[in-house]
Amino acid sequence: MSPVAKGAGGRQGTEPERVTRSREPLLWSLFSAGGMASALVLPALAGVLWVAVPAGWVAAPEHGAMLAVAAHPLTRAAVSLLLILFFFHWAHRFRYTLYDGLQLYHLNLLIAVATYGIASALSALALWIVWTLG
Amino acid sequence: MKGASEWDRHAPSSAPNPRHTRYHPRWHRERIPIFWWVGHRRYTLFILRELTAVLVLYSGLLLLAQLVAIGRGPESYQAFQGWLAEPWVLALHTFVLLGLIFHTVTWLNLAPKALVLRVGKIRVPPRAVLVGHYLAWIAVSALVAGALVWVAG
Repeated sequence: MSPVAKGAGGRQGTEPERVTRSREPLLWSLFSAGGMASALVLPALAGVLWVAVPAGWVAAPEHGAMLAVAAHPLTRAAVSLLLILFFFHWAHRFRYTLYDGLQLYHLNLLIAVATYGIASALSALALWIVWTLG
Repeated sequence: MKGASEWDRHAPSSAPNPRHTRYHPRWHRERIPIFWWVGHRRYTLFILRELTAVLVLYSGLLLLAQLVAIGRGPESYQAFQGWLAEPWVLALHTFVLLGLIFHTVTWLNLAPKALVLRVGKIRVPPRAVLVGHYLAWIAVSALVAGALVWVAG
């Protein structure tokens, strides 16, 4: 990156790759880890919590039992990690879906700020909810 | 006819306009329609695969909402469980579950391409990497489902 380009904000709109290249490996790692975590965990979680229990195939857990599980430190740590990975997985993949699918090349910076910004805000919200619960 | 020195005064390093370049190649690029992925099975599946990320986001938000309901007390939790059991919500979540399984299958199927394992100088066969990932999925699913059913029982 030349000093001229670095100092000039106007260049960012025309050459998207320069903006986030240095952060790309980190963001890709979060995307990848989130993809693997969601792939392994979510079908079972969604299948039991949001399909099998509401459909009545599995007994509905009592509130006290759910609260005890949710408030356990190991659960808090695992759920925090999972949620942050899910949100950043979405951010990265959705960003490039907009980028490739809808060809919004000129909005690259805006889309990146919006998607990673939403993921960051949701992660902070998730941490607050998970660790203040109970 | 201008001399070389006169052109150099307008070289990029001294130009006040950072977008200025001395050469404009005017690349030829085909215009691609926005919905290029519609009507081609492979491309549509690609976009659908990418959109499973929206379901991952939705699942994260739903889990958070459920945790909030649990934290607020038994009435709030019961109300949330009642909402989950409404037919249209259950139908929506069945669809979400199918999408999540689609995400898992497409993700795990890419694993042998993304992960090249070597033991000594021998590459672990891609099929073994694939089978390993599916076994991990089965193990994690059994663990998660087993833990949830155990909490319920």
